[in-house]
Amino acid sequence: MLLVKDLHAYYGRAHILHGVSLEASAGDVVALLGRNGAGKSTVMKTIMGLVSAARGEVTFDGRRIERLPPYRIARLGLGYVPEDRRIFTELSVMENLAVGLQPPRAGAPSWTEDKLFALFPNLANMRERPGGRMSGGEQQMLTIARTLMGNPRCVLLDEPSEGLAPIIVEQMARSIHALKGEGLCVLLSEQNLHFSQAVADRAYIIEKGQIRFGGSMAELTADASLREQYLSV
Amino acid sequence: MTFASIIIQLLNGLAAAASLFLVSAGLSLIFGVTRIVNFAHGSLYMLGLYGAYTLIEALGRTPLGFWTSVVLSALAVGLVGVLIEVLVLRRIYRAPELFQLLATFAVVLVIKDIALFTWGAEDLVGPRAPGLSMAVEILGRRIPAYDLLLIAIGPVVLLVMWLLLTRTRWGALVRAATQDREMVGALGVDQAKLFTSVFFVGSVLAGLGGALQIPREPANLELDLSVIADAFVVTVVGGLGSIGGAFLAAMLIGVAKAFCIGVGTVNWFGAEIVFSKLTLVVEFLIMAIVLVVRPFGLLGKPQAAQRIAADPAPPLTVPSWTFVLVGLALLLAVPVAADRYVTILLTDIFCFALFAVSLHFIMGPAGMVSFGHAAYFGLGAYAAGLLMKRAGLPMEAALVLAPLVVGAFAVVYGWFCVRLSGVYLAMLTLAFAQISWSIVFQWDSFTGGSNGLFGVWPSAWLAGKTAYYYLALAFCGAGVALLWRVLFSPFGYALRAGRDSPLRAEAIGIDLRAYQWMAFVLVGALAGLAGAVYAFSKGSISPSTISIAQSTDGLIMVLLGGVETLKGPLAGAAIFTWLRDEVARRTEFWRGVMGVVILAIVLLFPQGLVGGLKALTQRWREAQSREKTA
Repeated sequence: MLLVKDLHAYYGRAHILHGVSLEASAGDVVALLGRNGAGKSTVMKTIMGLVSAARGEVTFDGRRIERLPPYRIARLGLGYVPEDRRIFTELSVMENLAVGLQPPRAGAPSWTEDKLFALFPNLANMRERPGGRMSGGEQQMLTIARTLMGNPRCVLLDEPSEGLAPIIVEQMARSIHALKGEGLCVLLSEQNLHFSQAVADRAYIIEKGQIRFGGSMAELTADASLREQYLSV
Repeated sequence: MTFASIIIQLLNGLAAAASLFLVSAGLSLIFGVTRIVNFAHGSLYMLGLYGAYTLIEALGRTPLGFWTSVVLSALAVGLVGVLIEVLVLRRIYRAPELFQLLATFAVVLVIKDIALFTWGAEDLVGPRAPGLSMAVEILGRRIPAYDLLLIAIGPVVLLVMWLLLTRTRWGALVRAATQDREMVGALGVDQAKLFTSVFFVGSVLAGLGGALQIPREPANLELDLSVIADAFVVTVVGGLGSIGGAFLAAMLIGVAKAFCIGVGTVNWFGAEIVFSKLTLVVEFLIMAIVLVVRPFGLLGKPQAAQRIAADPAPPLTVPSWTFVLVGLALLLAVPVAADRYVTILLTDIFCFALFAVSLHFIMGPAGMVSFGHAAYFGLGAYAAGLLMKRAGLPMEAALVLAPLVVGAFAVVYGWFCVRLSGVYLAMLTLAFAQISWSIVFQWDSFTGGSNGLFGVWPSAWLAGKTAYYYLALAFCGAGVALLWRVLFSPFGYALRAGRDSPLRAEAIGIDLRAYQWMAFVLVGALAGLAGAVYAFSKGSISPSTISIAQSTDGLIMVLLGGVETLKGPLAGAAIFTWLRDEVARRTEFWRGVMGVVILAIVLLFPQGLVGGLKALTQRWREAQSREKTA
């Protein structure tokens, strides 16, 4: 469903991505692992059109999207959940969700506020609360819920477990399983290997803007030296 | 003051505040979402007023005709706003903010001349509102019924706006985009459409504000800049992006002004000047107090930095000695080789070049954008003139002392300004310029008022055009050299560090505010020098040297040349001054022509002329080297 081929990207003059290739299919949860500064977020942002792709291809559902503006990409059914959440702090939970709203899409689960409140029960109790007055975990749920309001077929989750309390991380893992159950394709970036092992079927390891490993989660779990080389801090 | 007269003044103030609120609310809304300071917002107000005038003439002076005209005019202005957004601003949303500002200046020029062409230069007095031309008696005083209606319209519009912003998805999108428009885009919202709609609503508000004034004030061509200045004050006092704040501030300022006029009525006849002086002081005092106590306005919040991947300004390069020496040699040869006209034009250019370079210093390397730089230029001109005419000093002494006088003004103005940053700072500088202008404009006995000062000629030995040319070259050249030198001193480095990261600069022990204050004074004094040299070259001084138009001219020069290079402001000043001279000799509509030229440049070279040329040569060089390697 999502196919990235030889992607290059720059911040100003700094060359960040050096030919990243990866793919994710429907019903697939794929983890993009790597240390801080390895380029995980840049991969996400470049796929989403927030950072322009200098070279390479991004294909979504058979359509080339690397030259499209972010809103067009979102409207094709690719959802993006940013690393730093980027909640609209002045807006209430309901209003944050309203901003994410897009018409239902063929071949994708249709979300409503109520369905999302079932997935993230905490949010149901604070519908009118401004985003700025929520805890980090609540904001993380809201940012995912907001993206789901667009009824995406595939979501990019940038570090969904970052900075969350262990109990919230567990809840997050359950939510991602639920998304997989709905047939979504999920690409998540993570530093937390345990969390990724709990949710992902496949994994890529990125370092210095290059993919160093791609395979099943089982393979990665079996290979201690690989983890040592690229993931241990 | 009796209770009755207090109430009456209160009502007067509230009536005057209604339109001020409408136009400020529109400005605030547009700024919040697009981060564009729409200088053309006052022009939209002016169009609303003219449009209502014409429509009422066509539709008849009946209640139906009147109100249809007001509404149609506001909607038409909304469409003009859409046109501006789609044709100009949409193409440059990724350009630096200042360039967007330059584009809106250009739009001001174009709209002014379209209005001049369509409606002529005469003031147009509209009809009273049919059906509402009577007065209502309140506490024994007569209040026009139309004023009472205006008082009601303000809160109604506030309510409608509040409902729109808090009860509709459009409102949620607008508020979300005000905080983080990139994220809104990533959620599938087409920013272009959102921006267009915001421009429409904001422009309708401005148009409505203007159209509603038709029974109260004549349509005239000066409204664009005077209204934008008032709207800036209101927006800054209320807090940028806050509609409620704009309402509060408009009411506060409207009422305070009305009370000043009320107090001034003790001396009804002949004291007119005193009232308006007081009203200006009051507007300024309110703003100064509010900004010192609450730097983000009454209801404003600290500006969230918009997430736009703006490249940091590149380091400055020192102009080469070859450039300086060849330039100087050529300029020294001009009076010998060229005719009188070129000599005079170049003398003007020298003054404006120093003016532009000083503005560039403060807005580029020092990172403090000034919308009111003409204050220092104009005060320099007046200081020189007054030192000679009123203090009886010789011309030479006046010329040398004038920058010091202006420096003293800059000490005061700067003290307030460096407490703010960004758009707030820019608008405060504009307010200071407006206050300086009005004092000069109204103090007939001292400054000559609207006529200005005459007979400000240089001493005999400098009276020749050639002699004065060399004097202007020496003084302005020295000023430019000093500013450039300072930029590469530790003081200059500290300023640039403060621009790029105020936190880090302060963390390494730079007292940024003190440095910025000093920069303000230095730059003010040198702009004052430019003004003084200019004054003696013309022999007369008019209040227009302090006007907003003069300030925007300076901004245009700097932005046209490019704010990221040192030579840019020189090129900008030269091209602008020459072009204005050429165009003004050929057509009455020189402003419109200049506006179109500037728009073309903005759309073609979003980094300014010098910046654009640099980028072009770099691309050419890269292509060359690629060919070589291939």
